[in-house]
Amino acid sequence: MLDATPRKLVEVRDLKMHFPIYAGILRKRVGEVKAVDGVSFDIFAGETLGLVGESGCGKSTCGRAILRLYDITDGSVKIDGAEIGDTPQGGLRKMRPTMQMVFQDPQASLNPRMTVEAIIGEPLMEHTDLSRDKRRDRVHELMDAVGLNRTFSNRYPHEFSGGQRQRIGIARALALNPKFIVCDEPIAALDVSIQAQVVNLLEDLQEKFDLTYLFISHDLSMVRHIADRVAVMYLGKVVELSPREALYAEPLHPYTKALLSAVPEPDPDMTTEDRVILQGDVPSPSNPPQGCNFCTRCPAVMDICHREDPEFREVQPGRFVACHHYNQTAGDTAASEDNKSIQQGETT
Amino acid sequence: MTDATTAASVPEKHRNQWADVWDQFKTHRGAVMGAIFFVAVCCLVIFGPMLWHLDPNFIDIRSKNQGPSFAHPMGTDQLGRDTFASVLQGGRVSLLVGVTAMLLALVLGTLVGVLAGYFKRLDGFLMRITDLFLALPLLPLLLVIIMLFRDTLRAAFGPETGIFLLIVFVIGITSWMQTARIVRGDVLALKEQEFVLAARSIGTPSRRMIGRHILPNVLSPIMVSATLGIANAIITESALSFLGLGFPSDFPTWGRLLYDSTNFMTLNPERVIWPGLAISLTVLSVNYIGDGLRDALDPRIRGR
Repeated sequence: MLDATPRKLVEVRDLKMHFPIYAGILRKRVGEVKAVDGVSFDIFAGETLGLVGESGCGKSTCGRAILRLYDITDGSVKIDGAEIGDTPQGGLRKMRPTMQMVFQDPQASLNPRMTVEAIIGEPLMEHTDLSRDKRRDRVHELMDAVGLNRTFSNRYPHEFSGGQRQRIGIARALALNPKFIVCDEPIAALDVSIQAQVVNLLEDLQEKFDLTYLFISHDLSMVRHIADRVAVMYLGKVVELSPREALYAEPLHPYTKALLSAVPEPDPDMTTEDRVILQGDVPSPSNPPQGCNFCTRCPAVMDICHREDPEFREVQPGRFVACHHYNQTAGDTAASEDNKSIQQGETT
Repeated sequence: MTDATTAASVPEKHRNQWADVWDQFKTHRGAVMGAIFFVAVCCLVIFGPMLWHLDPNFIDIRSKNQGPSFAHPMGTDQLGRDTFASVLQGGRVSLLVGVTAMLLALVLGTLVGVLAGYFKRLDGFLMRITDLFLALPLLPLLLVIIMLFRDTLRAAFGPETGIFLLIVFVIGITSWMQTARIVRGDVLALKEQEFVLAARSIGTPSRRMIGRHILPNVLSPIMVSATLGIANAIITESALSFLGLGFPSDFPTWGRLLYDSTNFMTLNPERVIWPGLAISLTVLSVNYIGDGLRDALDPRIRGR
C-alpha cells in the first residue's frame, strides 16, 4: 500500500484546538478545554491512518479541526501542499472539494427535509456548474458507486436504514472527487453486520478512487482491519503513532498497552490474566496534569513524568512515541520489565 | 437490498415535491375543510359586496334593530344599516389587515430569529431589541405612533389606505417578538446538528446554509406563529378600532362591528354573534390550514 517514496498528502504540525470556558455573571473567560493540544502527524497519499482513543480524548475534534470546521487555536495543517491552518473560511471554500468528511451519525448528518438526490447533489451544486440533468446523472453514478439503488433518489433520509443512510453520507463525500476523507467514527452508530459492509465499501472506494482516509474510531479491531498506520490519542495528544502490525504486535506506550489489552477476547479459553487495568479517571482536558498527560494513571510512571512533558519522537523507524521510557535508551528495557511487574500486581 | 440494483431499474419518476405536499395536505381532513371555508370566506368578502347591493352605510332608520329576514339576512343595527352588508365589507378589511400584518410580523420575526440564532455576534444585540419590544407598554406606544403618523399618512395615501398602512405596520412591529424568540431557539438547536456541519464541510456559504438547511427545518414553529398571528392581528385591529384609533367609524371591520354591537348585546344578541362568528371561524380555519401545512411540509410525517 505504501509506495517506495510515499507522498505526504496531509501534514499536521502542532495542531491545537482549545475551546474557551466562560463562567460567572460577566461571562469571563476562566479557562479552556484543551481538546486537541499539540498534535503532529503526516498522512501519506493512499493510506489510511487510524486514529483511536477513548471517549473524549479529542479524536473527533482533531478530525474536524484538520478540515477547518473549527477555527483552530494554533498550529498548521497542510493538505495537498496548501496551507489551510490560517486561511479564512471564505478562502477555504475553494479548497473544500479536496477534503471531505463522513460523519458519525448517519441520521443527524442528513437534512431530513432534503431528498437523497438533493443531499448528494449539494456539493455539486456548490462547486460545479453542471446542468440539472448532468447533476442528476452524476448523483446516480455516485449512488451506484456506494451500492444504493438509484430508484431511491427521490426519497427522504428517514425512509432508509442506518447502513443505507451512511452510504448516502459517503456518496455525498465522494461527489467532488476528493483526495482526502476524514471518516469520523463512520461505523460507530451502525449494527455490527452493517459495520462490516460499510468498512468494506470504504476499502473498495479507496482502491477505486485512490482515496486517503483519516479513520477515527474507538473500535480497535476495526482499525486493525482498515488502517495502515495507527495513531493513539490520549487527552488531546497523540501518544503513539506506528504502522498497524507493529503497534498491535508490540505496543510501546503504556497507554497503548492498556488500550490493546482491553480489547475483548472472543476465545473463552484464552487467558485474560495480563490485562492492564488503569486506575482512576481521565483528567479534565481543561486542567491537564503537569508533565506527561498520562502520568496520573500510568502503571510505569517515573519521577520525570510528573515534571516534563515527553517529546513525541521517532524511537524506531516509522514508530513515534511520546514517553520518557524511550527517551533514555539505557532505562528502556528495565522500564518495560518494571511495567510488566506492575501489570501483574494490578490484575484482578 | 440496496446492493441488488437490478440492471433494468428505471429511476422512479421524478416527483414534484409540491405535488407530494399537496397529496399529504389532502389527507388532513380538518385542513381541507379549513381551506375550503377560508377560500369561501375570501370569495364572499371579495365578491359579496358586488352581488349584495345594499350599502353598509345606507341608513334606513325605519327598519332599525330588526332580526334576520329575507331583506336583511343578519338583521339591521340601531341605525337600520344592513348587518350582512357590513360583515361582508368589514371582512375585506379585517382579513387584509390580518394577513398582511401577520406576514409582516412573520418576516420580521423570522429574520430576527434566524440572524440572532445563526450569527453569534448579532445574537446579544438582536435579542436585547426583542426584549425591549416585549417590555414596551404596547397601548401607549400604539397611541403615540398613531397620534404622530395618522395625519401625515392620511394626507399621503388618503384616509382609508393611510390608516390601513398604519395599522398593519403597528400590529406587525408589535407582534414579531414571539416568533423571533421561538425561531432563534430552534435555529440554535439546529445549528449544532451534524448536517449543518456537513454542509459547512462542503463549503456552503451562510446565506445558502440558512435557505437550504435552517429555514426549511424551522418551518413548523413559523407556521404555528403564522396561524396564531392572523387571529391576533384581527383581534388587535378590533381593539384599536374600539379605542377610536383604528379605521373611521363609518368604515366597518369585524372588530368595529363587534364593539359597536356590545352596547346592544342584551337587546339584539345576534348582532354580536355575526361578526364574532366570522372572526372565530376564520381564525379556526386558518389554524387548521396551518396544522395541515405543517404536517404536509414535513417529509417525516408525509406518507403516513
